[in-house]
Amino acid sequence: MTFRTSFARAAGLGSAKEGTHHWWGQRLTSLALIPLTPLFVFQFGCLLGESRQSVMETLSGFPNSLLVILFLVVGFQHLRQGLQVVIEDYVHARPATVTMLVLNNLLCWGFMIAGIWAVVSIALHATG
Amino acid sequence: MVEFALPKNSRVTVGHTWPSPTSGKQLQQFKIYRWNPEDREQPRIDTYNIDLAECGPMILDAIIKIKNEVDPTLTFRRSCREGICGSCAMNINGENTLACTRGIDAGKRAIRIYPLPHMSVVKDLVPDLTHFYAQHEAVMPWLETRSNTPGDEWKQSIDDRRKLDGLYECVLCACCSTSCPSYWWNSDRYLGPAALLHSYRWLIDSRDEATGDRLDEIEDPFKLYRCHTIMNCAKACPKGLNPAKAIAEIKKLLVARTM
Repeated sequence: MTFRTSFARAAGLGSAKEGTHHWWGQRLTSLALIPLTPLFVFQFGCLLGESRQSVMETLSGFPNSLLVILFLVVGFQHLRQGLQVVIEDYVHARPATVTMLVLNNLLCWGFMIAGIWAVVSIALHATG
Repeated sequence: MVEFALPKNSRVTVGHTWPSPTSGKQLQQFKIYRWNPEDREQPRIDTYNIDLAECGPMILDAIIKIKNEVDPTLTFRRSCREGICGSCAMNINGENTLACTRGIDAGKRAIRIYPLPHMSVVKDLVPDLTHFYAQHEAVMPWLETRSNTPGDEWKQSIDDRRKLDGLYECVLCACCSTSCPSYWWNSDRYLGPAALLHSYRWLIDSRDEATGDRLDEIEDPFKLYRCHTIMNCAKACPKGLNPAKAIAEIKKLLVARTM
């Protein structure tokens, strides 16, 4: 039971004055994924069944390693922002929402950094 | 989590079948949602048969006939009967629309009439629109100015006035907001397509001097950015308006002021 007015409930806590960068970022990353995804799939689909040596050589080359890093950065940012929207839309129990948002951030950033580290390691190993 | 099933006290049961006219030539069946908070029973679907030969052409004509001649307890809102007041918004055959502008699609299948979806029901076909109206008020749907008031009027060019077409016609029937899944799940915080369309109507008004304040007030992950351009609002609007486009224009304004 509450005696708050309907206007007070509609106004809530006021505006967070943010959200535009998140929304714009999602649009930009989805645009960037249009060329990146087929390039990534085509480039590394060709490596399926190849020897380890051949894969390492391809991955360590400059344009290929850059493509993988770009795909990891843009893909995981897009995934993180998209999942955040899904969680905010559908998960309404406060502790669960916060837990899932934190996990989403940790996992997406973690996988992205691990992926970049792997590519850089391969490239450095090959050149060293 | 989001509720995909109705709460226990909202599950709809089979209701009464009211007597048919004995001499009807063109009988049409109507199945109408009934719920009365005072009798403490589950909602039910009552069945009515109406002779279309003795009834006006619109759904509203039929339910007025039912109320006048069959069941005077049937409760619904109506006023202008010509799509101007927005009172008789309801869910007809699965679509949110105005009963006064939706023709009776005669056929063997019953015409199903429910209140607007995902709203608290006051009684029968009457939804509680208190929060919906408060959200409309929250976007300041009036002219805000700081300059001295001119002696005659706030002038507007024909081109600037034209920008309000497709926006000012909204009658606040709530068909759009109550057809929006984002509004179903987050109506406590998401303003919904109707309020945001009204917000854009004042954002784009050349006479208004509070554009920045208005944008500040709605720049919020929930108030505005719950819109995922699902477009149900544009499909449902009985006035043929496009709230999704208005919301997209608001987002463009917000991006424009960051660049």
